[in-house]
This record gives sequence, structure tokens and C-alpha cells, in this order.
Amino acid sequence: MRENVMSDTIVPGRWARFRDSYLLYSFKRDLIAQISLVIFALLIFAAVFAPWLAPANPYDLAQIDILASELPPFWIDGADPAYLMGTDAQGRDLLSTILYGARVSLIIGFGAVLMQAVIGVSFGLMAGYLGGRVDAFLMRLADIQLSFSTLMVAIIVGALVKAIFGGATFSEYAVPLLVLIIGLAEWPQYARTVRASVLAERSKEYVDAARVMGLKSRRIMFRHILPNTLSPIFVISTVQVANAIISEAALSFLGLGMPETHPSLGSLIKSGFDYIQSGSWWITLIPGAVLVILVLVINLLGDWLRDVLNPRLYKG
Amino acid sequence: MIAFLIKRLFHAFLVMFVISVISFAIQDNLGDPIQQMVGQSVPESERAELREELGLNDPFFVQYLRFAKNAAQFDFGYSYIFNEPTTQVIMRHLPATLELVAATTLLIVLLSVPIGVYSAIKPRAWLSRAFMGISIVGISIPVFLTAIVLIQLFAIGVEVTPFPVDTVWGAWLNDLLSTDGGMPAYGRGNPVNVFGTWDTNFSSLEGLTYLVLPAISLASIMLPLFIRLIRAEMLEVLQSEYVKFARAKGISLRRIYFVHALKNTMLPVITVGGVQIGTLVAYTILTETVFQWPGMGLMFLDAIERSDIPLIVTYLMIVGLIFVITNTLVDLIYGLVNPTVKLTGKPA
Amino acid sequence: MALLEVNNLDVRFALRGGDVRALRDVCFTLDRGERLGIVGESGAGKSVAAFSLLNLIAKPGYIAGGSIIFDGKELSGMKDRGLRRVRGNRISMIFQDPMMTLNPVLSIGEQMVECLKAHRRISTREARAIALHKLNQVQIPSPETRLDQYPHELSGGMRQRVIIAIALLLDPDIIIADEPTTALDVTIQAEIMDLLLELCDKHNVGLVLITHDLGVVSQVTQRMLVMYAGRVIEQGPTREIINDPQHPYTQGLINALPQMATPGSRLNQIPGSMPSLSNLPSGCAFHPRCGFVKDANGTPRKACLDKVPGFVESGNCRVACHMVAEMINQQERDSREEIL
Repeated sequence: MRENVMSDTIVPGRWARFRDSYLLYSFKRDLIAQISLVIFALLIFAAVFAPWLAPANPYDLAQIDILASELPPFWIDGADPAYLMGTDAQGRDLLSTILYGARVSLIIGFGAVLMQAVIGVSFGLMAGYLGGRVDAFLMRLADIQLSFSTLMVAIIVGALVKAIFGGATFSEYAVPLLVLIIGLAEWPQYARTVRASVLAERSKEYVDAARVMGLKSRRIMFRHILPNTLSPIFVISTVQVANAIISEAALSFLGLGMPETHPSLGSLIKSGFDYIQSGSWWITLIPGAVLVILVLVINLLGDWLRDVLNPRLYKG
Repeated sequence: MIAFLIKRLFHAFLVMFVISVISFAIQDNLGDPIQQMVGQSVPESERAELREELGLNDPFFVQYLRFAKNAAQFDFGYSYIFNEPTTQVIMRHLPATLELVAATTLLIVLLSVPIGVYSAIKPRAWLSRAFMGISIVGISIPVFLTAIVLIQLFAIGVEVTPFPVDTVWGAWLNDLLSTDGGMPAYGRGNPVNVFGTWDTNFSSLEGLTYLVLPAISLASIMLPLFIRLIRAEMLEVLQSEYVKFARAKGISLRRIYFVHALKNTMLPVITVGGVQIGTLVAYTILTETVFQWPGMGLMFLDAIERSDIPLIVTYLMIVGLIFVITNTLVDLIYGLVNPTVKLTGKPA
Repeated sequence: MALLEVNNLDVRFALRGGDVRALRDVCFTLDRGERLGIVGESGAGKSVAAFSLLNLIAKPGYIAGGSIIFDGKELSGMKDRGLRRVRGNRISMIFQDPMMTLNPVLSIGEQMVECLKAHRRISTREARAIALHKLNQVQIPSPETRLDQYPHELSGGMRQRVIIAIALLLDPDIIIADEPTTALDVTIQAEIMDLLLELCDKHNVGLVLITHDLGVVSQVTQRMLVMYAGRVIEQGPTREIINDPQHPYTQGLINALPQMATPGSRLNQIPGSMPSLSNLPSGCAFHPRCGFVKDANGTPRKACLDKVPGFVESGNCRVACHMVAEMINQQERDSREEIL
């Protein structure tokens, strides 16, 4: 009891520590980071509350008016004020499909990063801590996968999964399958970074101390080493979310991702691309602009975080 | 030198082995050659006979050995779509992709080195900041979107009239903001046959115009990465003791930047960058799709769509081979450039 | 007039929270062929002093004031072009870690020839001949083959010999050696130091020797500076300072030498550690560690806590200490009283 009182008086609360932290200090001085965070928050808000914000439900076939197809956005002659951003080739309200599409893109982006992190962090910890053959095998695997480029691996795995399940089933379970595909394709980034920081941490004295005290290696890994590798994990996670969203868009653009009936930003761009020659550029370029802004603000926040936390990142 | 080569070759062989096992597993599980050969109407008993005859009932290992033996002779069977040997199909599509990658690599190398070096030497100049800003935007735009925007701007053309059309200055400003379009953005025109199945776009100005938009879009993904990489490495090298010592020797800044610093900067860039050039092949799938560039990427996507398993497998093997070759070449070049790496295989 | 004259040198680092003063009020002179030692703990500003002489401090550091007059010319405000003619040519430097100082991708010959060519209009052949001659002087075995070797093919001691050869290439007037033997194996430290001293003597080169090793300074230099937290706290003829140190810090340093301890007992040490430059204590920067803060009555001297001490002359030395100043005043008063 007395100890609790003591620690309360000496150690400032979480909020107070955050308030005085360098993180917040540098955030307050960085206009680009502030703007990026605001835009990112707005996009997240719009995506989460899409069903309430969107004027129409693009998944509801009854709401679609095929006669109102390819209407331009409001600032161009011939626009219908009912459709602020115009309509796509099937007559769906573009603003609504973008809101729902951003929602799908973000769900897959975060889900895939979670998947990569789980695979990559555990493999990285194993490789770094166990060393020897496990290390050699996992890192060679990571090497091969990276030399193939994550996009290539995602396309191949995507193609195989689609071939195994067939187009219809694939479309039905597209979200979890894409999370799995992108997760499998991009785990090496995490594994290498975590392994590098584990190797650096492992040589430090506190790990020796923990081992001398007779702690089990798994306990040492998760209670002692992992917390110290958090800052590089945090930094690459932001970049990886951006990458995952781009990967999903690329897969969807190639027809290996979200179906057009349940579009993500990538499949919206793909479906609009067929109409760009006929002059209906907005169907593809407006979702494209939203995608770029989303990825850009995440990348800018990631850049800012890397400058502030300055972790030891795996180079190359 | 020989030991180094042998080590590299062994590594390359190992990677090819892994890729071939994966490829074979795909073929074994997804492709049914009987179905392709005889169609639906043949009775089950005949199929079983044929299966036995073709050795499809042999153990996995035996079948893999047969696959590997054929693969070593570049024999991967027949493509379902084209009804000809898959290697022949690949060879027909290979030149288009390689030319696209070559043009892109040229763009990247010519632009990234000067820009990266400049923004490291003058990190606070407005131009460096502009380069950094543009490069992070560049990283954030997917290749296919860059391609689409380029098509809209330079193939279709954009006409905007924010200024009054009836005045001379207004028309001039409108003209300045609008783009003409007219750049080719579909296929590769009429490439000239050089030898065998190699058609080239490099032999005429007209051929080159077909390369412009696809190469720029493909470069757009790697160029920012290279600029940032070169800048970061160069900044680090400029902080080093040997650069300080060179300054203390009274050497000119130009020599310090371009002899002392650049050489050390390029070492990590060669390793990381060389591998990235290999991965460009992956991005050709996207670029070729947008521009209908008749290369391997477009062919691969077609093969996936129509479940042409032998062609998919061949593509994987060939692309794997390309990656392995570029990685090995990169290691060799690195060894030749870096005096601390002895090509004898022993660490110095 | 001395060959090199440094007056009130003031170096600062422009950091986000404001300027940090890395060096202040540094004054000294150096004559041709003279040896000057600069001693202090790491972080005392010795290296900053060395680098600022040739205006080589990295950003955000800058020279905020004072003058550096070399051979009648002011160096502190000089343009890079003019400075380049001095660097490596008339004043050259030897760095601490020979493993980091040579460029790993350029051959030894290239790194020597470029230095010669930067200062003299000569052909590569002539330059190589001079380089070979200098490599001979630093007693490197088979110097011809060394020219075409790369740094990683040489041991640390060999590399430091190469660096000494580079420093001597253009027969400079002054060599600034920043801890030239610290990073080397103990067994060859003396060898390299002897070589450096011998060559400086032979060519009548002035030497600024920067080190934390009071023993070396006491043996080889004629005059010395003791630095603490960016300031010189005592300077003068080496022998006088070693024999009769005035400043409590210098006394502490000398007492901490192993040969000063009684055999079998613990080494003497100065309690505490040097403060960081961005967070200096008030008054005399040394007062939290000083054993003489309290005066005869046992109360802390107010001046030590509040006022940065100025220099007082004590014999041939200059000392920045309130206690020493007090003592000198007392002596003067005493002697005046005697006369009266």
C-alpha cells in the first residue's frame, strides 16, 4: 500500500508524461504532421461512419438508377445536384462508393498490417533470439521473398488463392483473404527489423541479467526484449499500413482483390479506368485522389514519427 | 574470385530450387493435364490409364525430379491458351518487358543520382526540400494511378479554361495549363524486329515515344525511393571521420563530394538498388496492364485469368531466374567496386 | 610575433533550445617548433578547440568570436577558399581513430597524391615520389606496395603512420594531433608518439597535442592548457604546472595519476563528473566537485557559487580560480603590510 502511494507521488501519470514528452513537443512544432493527422482523422471518421454519412448505399441494388450513370461531379456542366461527386458507370453515387470504398481499404490495410506484425514479429523474435539454423532459415526465406518484391508475392499468392477457391468464393470472402495474402507477402519487413533490434538488445546486460536470474527464454523474449523493440515496430507499422493499402489497391486493380459489387478504392479506380477514354475521368480519378491523400498523410506521419523516435531500422 | 563465384552460384541454385518446388507444387495441385489433353468425354478408365502412363501417380519426389529435369532444359510443357510451348510464348513477350525495364532503369539512374546528391549536399535549400516533398508524394501514388493520370494528361489531353478565352493573355494562360494529349498510350506501336523473336522500340524515334509514358509511370515508384536512399546514405557519409579528414587535408569540396563521398554512398545503393531494379519486373504487371504493353506481365495476368497453369509456372520460373541473375550480378559488381570485399570468398 | 596566436576564441553550437557555448575565452600562442599540450576530460572542449583552429567544426557549431591569427593572417573569418590553402598545407591534422580516418574505398596512394595535388602543381608521378619518401620517413615496411593498398589491408598502427605521413606531406608549420595514440594498442602507443615527436623536431614543426593523458603532456610538451567544461582553467609552462598546480582541478588531475598513489592503496580520484555544457552549474563550473569551495571559516565562498572566475597571473601561469585569486590578494596585502 505504501509503495503505491510512493509511486503515485514520484512517477507522474500517463497523461502528464505524454504532455511533457518529446513526442508531443515536436508534434506541436511540426505543421505538416498536424495537418496530416487532422486529414487522417477525418478520413478515418468518414470511413467508420460511412453508412450514416453516405447519401446512398452502394451495396443496395434497389437504390441504383442505371439511367443516372456517368454523371459528372457538381462543378461540371450536366451534373445532377443529387450526386455531389457524380456517378459511376453503373449509376452508383460516387461519393457514397468512395466512403464505403475507403472503409474497405482501411479495414484491409489495418488488418493486413496486424497479420504481418503477428507473423513478422514472432518470426523476427525467433530468428533473433534462437539464432542458428532457425535464424538462417527464416532470414533466407525473408531474403527470397523480398528479392521477389512483396508485390510480386502478393500477386502470386492472390492468383493461387483465387485459383484454389474459384472466383465466386474468393469474392465472397475477399476481405479476410486479402488480409491473409498481404500479411503473408509483407511479413519479412517486420521480421528483419525485429531481428535486428533483438540482436542489438540481446547483447545488452539486462538480458544477461534476466538469463542469470533463470528466466525462461520465451519470458525473456516477450517481457524483456519485445518492449525495447517497440519503437521501430511502431515506425514501420505506419509505413506498412500505407503499403498495405497500396498493395490492396494494386491487387484490386488487377482483378485479384475486391469485387466491383463491394468495391475498395482500388477496384473503384479499376472500374473507372475503362471509361477514361470516353471522357468520364472522375470515376477513376476522384477515388484515386482519395487513395493518394490517404496514403500520403500516413506516409507523412510515418516520416515524422521516424524523425522523432529515430529507431534503429533495418536498412535495405 | 572463383570461390566467391561458386558461393554465389550455390546461393542462386538454392533460390531456384525453392522457386521450382513452389512452382511444381502449384502445377501438381492446380493443373490437371489429363483434362487439358482429352476433354470431358473420355471415360474414367481411359483417364486412369493415361495418368499411369504419364507418371502422374508416381510419388511427389519422382514427379518433381522429372519436372526439374525438364525445367533445366527449359521445357515446361504447353500453354493452354496459346497451344504452343510455354517457353516460346514467354520468349515472345520477354523483349517488351525487358525494354520497358531497361528504359525505366535508365531514367532512374540518370535522375536519382544527381537529385539525391544535390539534396544531401544542400539539405536546407528550397530545391532539396521540393525534391523531398515531391518524392514522398511520389511514393504515395500507386503505379497504376500515375499511369492513369499520365494517360489523362498526355494521351487524352486536358483542356481547362479558368481564364477568359477571348483575351490574348487568357488564351495563353489556358493553353499553358491545358495539355495536348496525343502521346501513344496503348501497346508498343510497330516495333522493329532485330533478330529471332526480339522486336525493339529503341530503333526509331517513333518507337521510343511508345516507351515514354509506360517508362515514366514505372519509374515513378522507384525514383523517389532511390532519391531518398541516396540522400540518406550521402548525408551519413558526409558526417564520417574520413570526410572530415579530407577537409582537413585542404581538398576541394567538389572532390570531397564526388570522389570521397559519392563512392562510399553508392556501395549500399548498389546492393539495395540492384535488388529494387529486379523487383521492377513485378511492377511491370501493373504498368503493362494499364498501357496494354504486350509484355510478360500482361501475359501473366491473362494466364491467371484463364487458369493457364503451365504458363503461370513458366512465368514464375523465368521471373525467378531473372531475379536470381540480377542479384548475383549486383553482388559481383559490389565486390568489384568495394575494395574491402575480397572476391576470394574470405572476409577481409 | 608568434606563429599562431589565438585570442578569446568563442565557439558555440546553435541548438533548438538556444546556443550552447562549447568553448570560451581560449587564448594561447604557439611558436615554430614548439610543443603545446591541451589536456582535459572527454567533453571538456579539447577537440572542438582543435577543429575550430581550421574552422572545421561541423554545423550547428560556429565560431562566435575571438581571433585566430596564423602567420599574420586572421583565420576565423576567412572564406573556405583561403582556408583550404592553409589546411593540410601549412597546418595539418592527425585524427584520433586511424580506423575511421582513411577513406575505405580509396587507395593509400590516392589519398596521399590528392593532398599534394590540392596544394601544388605537380604531376601524379612526382606526387607519388614525395608520398613514397614520406612513407619511408614514417618507417613503414615496403612502402612501394603500400601505395596501392587500401586502408583495410593495414593495421591500426600502420594506418596511423600513414596519417602522420599525410600530415607531413607538405612540410607544414603546425600539426594539430587530436589524441593521436588513444585508439591504438597500448604496445605501440609509445612507438607512434616517439615517431611523431621525432619528425616534428626534425622538420621544426609546431605541435598542438590534444590528449586526456596528463603523463604524456608532462613528458613531451613545453607549455600546456588545462580545460574544463569549455574553458581553460590553467595554462603556462608545463613543468611549473606539473610541479606546482594552482587550480584545484589540475591538482586533482595530477593526484589521480597512478604514480601519485601509494602502492597498494586506491588511486586518488576527483569526486563527481564533468557537467554537460548545456547545463553548467552557476559560478565556477568546477565548484560542485571542488574541495576548496569552503573558506577557512567553513562557509562556502560566495564568489565560487555566483561568479565565473577570471584569470589571475600566478608566476608564469594563468589560473581561473577564486581561491587562488584570494590567496594572491592576501599575499600582496601581506607584503604591502610588511613594507609599511
